[in-house]
Amino acid sequence: MTVPANSPVPTTGPIQGASTTARSVLKIDDLVAGYGGGDVLRGVSLEVPEGGITCVVGPNGAGKSTLMATISGLLRPRLGSVVLDGKDLVGQSTRQILRLGVVQVPQNHSLFRDMTVRENVELGGYILSDRALTAQRLAAVFEVFPQIAGWAGQKAGSLSGGQQRLVEFARALMLEPRLLLLDEPSMGLAPKILRTVFDAIRQMNAAGTTILLVEQNARAGLRLSTHGVVMENGRVRLSGTGREVLENPEIGALYLGGAVSPG
Amino acid sequence: MSVLLRTEGVHKSYGGVRALDTCTIEVGEGTVAGLIGPNGSGKTTLFNVITGYAKADAGQVYLADRRITNIAPDKVFALGIGRTFQLTRIFPSLTVMENMLVASQHSRSGARKRAMEQLEFVGIAGYHASLAGTLSYGQRKLLELAYVLVADPTIVLLDEPAGGVNLSLVNQIAARIRELNAAGKTFLIVEHNMEFVMGLCHQVTVLDSGTVVATGPPDIVRTDRRVLDAYLGEDIEEAEEDSGEADDGASQ
Repeated sequence: MTVPANSPVPTTGPIQGASTTARSVLKIDDLVAGYGGGDVLRGVSLEVPEGGITCVVGPNGAGKSTLMATISGLLRPRLGSVVLDGKDLVGQSTRQILRLGVVQVPQNHSLFRDMTVRENVELGGYILSDRALTAQRLAAVFEVFPQIAGWAGQKAGSLSGGQQRLVEFARALMLEPRLLLLDEPSMGLAPKILRTVFDAIRQMNAAGTTILLVEQNARAGLRLSTHGVVMENGRVRLSGTGREVLENPEIGALYLGGAVSPG
Repeated sequence: MSVLLRTEGVHKSYGGVRALDTCTIEVGEGTVAGLIGPNGSGKTTLFNVITGYAKADAGQVYLADRRITNIAPDKVFALGIGRTFQLTRIFPSLTVMENMLVASQHSRSGARKRAMEQLEFVGIAGYHASLAGTLSYGQRKLLELAYVLVADPTIVLLDEPAGGVNLSLVNQIAARIRELNAAGKTFLIVEHNMEFVMGLCHQVTVLDSGTVVATGPPDIVRTDRRVLDAYLGEDIEEAEEDSGEADDGASQ
């Protein structure tokens, strides 16, 4: 298993696999972005097929979180395009991007701890100006996550880390996202809780939400997903169906290097 | 080859979180050793325990044959263990030279000359009169290296020397480490940049959840199944299927 880490691993252009026929919700083309003097993303192209779960994995510093920040408008790219349903998101404000249907659940816990679970979920709909619509959405969200309805009156700060994650998902669903961005949802969670959180991701997807997931637990993330992308050093190095990527022996070399000294 | 630095069964918990669990590592005298592992695996905590910034709950730390467990950071430094930090700790409003003189700790006449030699060695002597806060991130890393070297430690612990540093400076840092090692200096390096670690280190130790899962030369470690498991994560579906087996899948 030796992949020269500096030479490009053959990548498929558009993601190949069983569901190539699905249309793409999001198309990213040759994206270059970074902070200060350096580029973190050095020409990233990928597509997120409608109705699927696309999982981006890669070692530390690969650019996964930067990719998320660029899609949601927190970071403006230097080059390239991010196109949602034919509309270019580059240059739009985060609020406009939210209105267009891209909702992100951040890596760190972000609930208001002293507010109730219900209040936190409702806040996800703060850009909805219609109270009736908010109530209707809240009911729909509780249908996807019946367990959360049971916690509705509790303060968010009293929930476990895994439960808080579920409430953050519920909050994001309030806008019925066209594309849901999940940035390392397993961060800081015990392996047992991981299963609950991943089941919740499946539930949201089964209810029709297209998901782009960045995950540090590469194996669990890829197994969960219909499509997989491996980033390394600001570039896409492997892509395919979740299973294809999971079973590709080159993935190990992308994490651990493989061409520095002769084997 | 004799062992210069050794931790033996070190435990360290923060609240309910076990950061280090029976952690035993060895660094051979005159080697460049790497310490790698996924985020949160305990690398920096182990550095903190070795250098006295965190107290071990159990276990021992030895420098050569001397037990140095839980002694104060300045005493650890005086015994010959120098250390840099993941986020550089320099004095931004002092000049580069002043930073170096703080590190040398006394104002004997040779201190300035020696400081300048170290700055020349790492390649930032031209900035000796600049405020340290005006250096780029990579140059600060070089200053920290010079700063640690001025005390002539027996072993140098580097926490992510290549992190956030551009490629030409990464190569410069690697070249300096090689030179120092050729002259006999021992290193223990935490680093996420695998090219850097695998290209530089003689031995690599891999931590996962505070425990050593593998140790050996880079080429062996890189293909070790337990190391891949640590980096790629536990597959929760498989974990469930395997949960009834006690032999960890080792037997056929």
